[in-house]
Amino acid sequence: MTEQHTHAPMRSPLGRAIGLGSAKEGVTHWWRQRVSALALVPLTIWFVIGVIGLAGADHATFVAWVRNPMTAIFLILLLIATFYHTALGLQVVIEDYLEREWARLATLLLMRLLCVLFAVRGILAVLKLALGA
Amino acid sequence: MSPAERPLSPHLQVYRWQLTSVMSILHRATGIALSVGTILLVSWLGAASDGPEPYAAVQHFLGSWIGLLLLFGWSVLLYYHLCTGIRHLVWDTGYGLELNRVYTGGWAVLGATAALTVVSWVVGLAHWAH
Repeated sequence: MTEQHTHAPMRSPLGRAIGLGSAKEGVTHWWRQRVSALALVPLTIWFVIGVIGLAGADHATFVAWVRNPMTAIFLILLLIATFYHTALGLQVVIEDYLEREWARLATLLLMRLLCVLFAVRGILAVLKLALGA
Repeated sequence: MSPAERPLSPHLQVYRWQLTSVMSILHRATGIALSVGTILLVSWLGAASDGPEPYAAVQHFLGSWIGLLLLFGWSVLLYYHLCTGIRHLVWDTGYGLELNRVYTGGWAVLGATAALTVVSWVVGLAHWAH
């Protein structure tokens, strides 16, 4: 950076060196959202094609689909990436619209809890189908 | 200093609706709606792991008019969010940010959303009919 300051910079030299800004996390959230989005592009396309192929499928056909190791792996990756991306996205929405500190914190915690719950529920269902007798 | 005395920047209602802002708002709105939609995905997997009867109940619901409508809505929102999301990733590389390209990209996203939805449902319904 060849930044020229004609007046004293607002940020301290240490603050500029660390480079994390006022939110104290720099580009971490932004970057994680992009990486999870990138992972979700192929996973989503794979899933939609799989679901279209399963239109009207009976239970045995569905179980056979999940029992394929590649299906199980991709489903678990999809669940992790989806709920991770969802949590990051909803976090921004909550921080944008909820002003009161306690309401914001409570909603953020509840949202995170629900994302983890649904992700674990989904992963357990896939594991049970893939590994079950 | 009272906050009420400070001038406020113009908010949404004073601006004319335009493709750029509407698509940005819809990207967030579809993201929120899809968060709810993922619960359906998990219920579907959960029902399948619980056994043939719960699975059949979910399949019966998804095959009903309400179920098909929900699935159709979910597919439109998913394709839209996917396409605008890819556009955001392209923008992040610094490409396509000129005003005319933003509009071209916007219409391309809407076209791709419609095309992907139609193709998916034609193929899906044909597959289902078998």
